[in-house]
Amino acid sequence: MDTPTTYFHWGFILISVPNLVVIGGMIVLFAIGLVAPFPHAEEGEDGGKK
Amino acid sequence: MAARSSAEIEAPADSKSWTLRLRRAIDRHLPMDHLLPDRQPYYVGSWVYVFGVVTIAALVWVVISGVALSFMGPQWWHDSALGRFVNSLHFWSVQLFFIFMVLHLWGQYFMAGWRDGRAATWMIGVVIFATSILTAFTGYLSQQNFDAQYIAINAKDAMNSAGVGAFFNVLNFGQMYGLHVMLLPIGVTFLVVVHIVMVRTRGVVKPIDPEGGAPS
Repeated sequence: MDTPTTYFHWGFILISVPNLVVIGGMIVLFAIGLVAPFPHAEEGEDGGKK
Repeated sequence: MAARSSAEIEAPADSKSWTLRLRRAIDRHLPMDHLLPDRQPYYVGSWVYVFGVVTIAALVWVVISGVALSFMGPQWWHDSALGRFVNSLHFWSVQLFFIFMVLHLWGQYFMAGWRDGRAATWMIGVVIFATSILTAFTGYLSQQNFDAQYIAINAKDAMNSAGVGAFFNVLNFGQMYGLHVMLLPIGVTFLVVVHIVMVRTRGVVKPIDPEGGAPS
């Protein structure tokens, strides 16, 4: 807890590994949100998917 | 014949009563089946639409844990086991609030959620994001520990160089705490309510090129 975190340094990009992990996790979560099947997705108010 | 209220029977359409006109305007623009719909169009069947709801759920936990923290005080949230738990609940629900708010922002950006008269809804969302950042910042300054002192002493130079140090003094704990527990949460909550009502008024934006339909 008392030791400084590791930083990822690539050119002008400087970011801590924990921040990089959070951003990577958000991108993965967003991709899952796009492709994961949604329960009862076919049952819309217009009677279903056209 | 269904019973009618006395106001419906007696009030003419051009009534000067502002309460009647306001009620009729609300009925016209935001009927209850828009405010609390039980069915949604088929294109809402995606997890992307859940990101905004999770953001609201996280905000509810932020507010509940924040009320407990402000009621019990800094010694409780630093020294007792339950206080530290509620403090952590407050911190982690804020993390989830920001993570899912940004995922919601990405989703709305890529589906161009500002189309078809929804520009104001998008812009209020942007203001909520900015206000939330300010709320989180004042929260870091309100912790009553060395972290808060370190952040305040470093942040004062940034505030002064931006020209706002005179009326937003990060070294003034009372001002930062007051903003964090009173004005900013009320602002965020009020804007979130307006944002949700605006979404419900117009409904969810159609896909850019709906399957089997003409582009909107």
